[in-house]
Amino acid sequence: MAAIKAKHQRLVLLVVALVVVLSAGILAAWALKSQASYFYVPSDIVAVPPVATRTVRLGGMVEKGSLKTAPDGVTIHFVVGDGKARVAVEFAGIVPSLFVEGSGVVAEGRMRPDGVFNADNLLAKHDENYVPREMQQMTKDQAKKVVAETQ
Amino acid sequence: MTAELGLAALWLAAALALLQLMAGALALTARGSALGGIVRPVAVVQGLLALIAFVALICLFAVTDLSVKLVALNSHSMKPLVFKIAGAWGNHEGSMLLWVTVMGLAGGIVALVERRLPERTMLATLAGQAFVSLGFYAFLLIASNPFERLDPAPLEGNGLNPLLQDLGLAFHPPTLYLGYVGLSIAFSFAIGALVTREVGPAFARAMRPWVLGAWIFLTLGITAGSYWAYYELGWGGWWFWDPVENASLMPWLAATALLHSAGVLAARNALRAWTVMLGVVAFSMSMVGTFLVRSGILTSVHAFAVDPERGSFILALLAINIGGALTLFGLRASTVTEGERFAVVSREGALVINNVLLCAILGIVLFGTLYPLVAEAMGAKVSVGPPYFNPMGALFFVPMLLVLAVGPLLRWRRDSVERFGKRLLIPALVTGFAAVAALVVGGIALLPFLGLVLGLGLAVASVLPLRDRNLRRTPLPIWGMVLAHFGVAVALLGMASESAWSVERLVALRAGESTSVGPWRVRLADVEPVAGPNWTALEGKLEVRYGGGAEQVLRPQARSFWTPPQQTSESALLTRWNGQLYAVLGEQASGDRWQVRLWWKPFVTLIWLGGILIALGGVLAVIGHVASDLRRIVARGKIAYRRERQGR
Repeated sequence: MAAIKAKHQRLVLLVVALVVVLSAGILAAWALKSQASYFYVPSDIVAVPPVATRTVRLGGMVEKGSLKTAPDGVTIHFVVGDGKARVAVEFAGIVPSLFVEGSGVVAEGRMRPDGVFNADNLLAKHDENYVPREMQQMTKDQAKKVVAETQ
Repeated sequence: MTAELGLAALWLAAALALLQLMAGALALTARGSALGGIVRPVAVVQGLLALIAFVALICLFAVTDLSVKLVALNSHSMKPLVFKIAGAWGNHEGSMLLWVTVMGLAGGIVALVERRLPERTMLATLAGQAFVSLGFYAFLLIASNPFERLDPAPLEGNGLNPLLQDLGLAFHPPTLYLGYVGLSIAFSFAIGALVTREVGPAFARAMRPWVLGAWIFLTLGITAGSYWAYYELGWGGWWFWDPVENASLMPWLAATALLHSAGVLAARNALRAWTVMLGVVAFSMSMVGTFLVRSGILTSVHAFAVDPERGSFILALLAINIGGALTLFGLRASTVTEGERFAVVSREGALVINNVLLCAILGIVLFGTLYPLVAEAMGAKVSVGPPYFNPMGALFFVPMLLVLAVGPLLRWRRDSVERFGKRLLIPALVTGFAAVAALVVGGIALLPFLGLVLGLGLAVASVLPLRDRNLRRTPLPIWGMVLAHFGVAVALLGMASESAWSVERLVALRAGESTSVGPWRVRLADVEPVAGPNWTALEGKLEVRYGGGAEQVLRPQARSFWTPPQQTSESALLTRWNGQLYAVLGEQASGDRWQVRLWWKPFVTLIWLGGILIALGGVLAVIGHVASDLRRIVARGKIAYRRERQGR
């Protein structure tokens, strides 16, 4: 390795560093394009469902009267709507304390081939100071319509 | 009265920062050199004034002075005293005041003790520190005054977010801030060295204890934050790749790289421009983190208030500081002469690879954190999570672990593969055996598999630098390095074990019913209401047995706070030497059943133990470096004294 001329050492170091950091950047860009979990509202997810292996977020209003607990006591089923479309959601776990019918929710999980959204995680509004970003957006754009439809 | 005192101290501190900047900058010119004498005292007084302001705020919170807006908005008279005090920094304004206090004090201490650098470099450094401080003083005084009064005063305060009412909060933010803001010293040293063209080993030696100190606190802060998220959020995870977590990881990665390159510069006078660059980058990452967390563009428990004005203010500060420093670097980099040369196979070579890989990981994390913001600005809503960060990070982390195992065994300047190859035999064998064993056991995903195998190999390799050494005469920094590298292996093993062998159980139980999770039998004995100072809760009594062992009791709670009305779940943990049992009480299900969520996480505690070991390694290194500096100063003093006597 001593073949590298000592004179050019700094240049070589610079090039190596640049190549590694650039390749990291390119890899990152590629990975982000293919793996970023996208945010869907029910009408989008019904129109173009994502592949079943892909983690996405689904945000909308929990329809009134749709929340049902399975006999095992820990799995719940409910319907998320945005006024245009409705999606059935299944979730096993402890629900966030402010998760109630008629209010907004963001579910993180996968769309099953049978059309049921399988949520691993529910993000509900914790309090005035903590609202999932997607939901803030959503309430601005759609809340009024959604609430009118679902009530 | 206290509030006015605090505000006055803050204004005075800001004025002194301005004076420090002007005097420091003027003293660098030929005409103003007389001003140089006041810069150090001004820096010390500025730090003390900031401290007075901060203490004033703590007093206001301790006595719950509701005529102060910040206290009324964030505190409550019924809160336990420790949370009242911790509440002083559990909000935007208070935390920014903590920021400038740490920054002022750090500058003051440097001014007081650092005597090794040329005086001109010190002046430039302190002026740089004052410049950065001034921006944050302006931010506090203009856009986030913590001492603003409220007239009329309300009868009761709004209370503190219950998630933050936890002992972890008393510890986590100050620790993290000491780390974040401690890096400002490295930034200022880099500026000082660039301005006066004094980039060399002396600069690296002066900077190193500060970088080490900041890095220790960052390590501890991240470790504590991770543990807090683990037990307080009740999701059983210890790292979520949440933007606020990334905001603390990025400066840590940069500081780790800086630490290693400063070591090369101090010992070998190589990597000069690179070290200066990292000095700038490390604190820039702290500021980017602050921007992400404090501007309100992210929502999390850390983003206290959404206020676009503040966001723009921090963004402007960010642009001025980082842009200015990078411009200075661009102008001066060509005047930084090239350092000593070295072969590719050498300690320096390994450290260069380590640095580049750390920067690559930093780039990956930064990219993944900012991408959703950029995408949103362009109209697409995206969130980036573990599916991106885990594999992408591992891609560069795995080669870095290999370099980490090899690097400390290499000689400076030049080494040969034949010489050190033999020494790697043992860790290579351990890694091989671990790989075979893990494959035989089977069922382990790729990343945990790599973690287990490399973690074991690294644990062995990390202590090898102590071989062939007289342990009594081994310098403390070497011990520190070994301990920190061993800590990386320990943390890695914890992460891999948690990911490979965690067992989860989610059930609805009637009182008296049992379930099992991993080696544990768990019986829900009862659920009872309990009350605390500002909350009521339902408390589950879980009787648990490990294998055929003795019965122990876990008491997870579902708490309801009154002010603000909010519910949290308090997980219950049972720690054994080989892992933790984690229990969360959920809602009441139909038929008098209660949701119970249980995890058995083998060796999960190693994650945080590793973090603590890494920090301890840093502590040993600081003590070693400072002690040897002191010895050198004392020796020089003795020689000077002797000469003087002989001269007489």
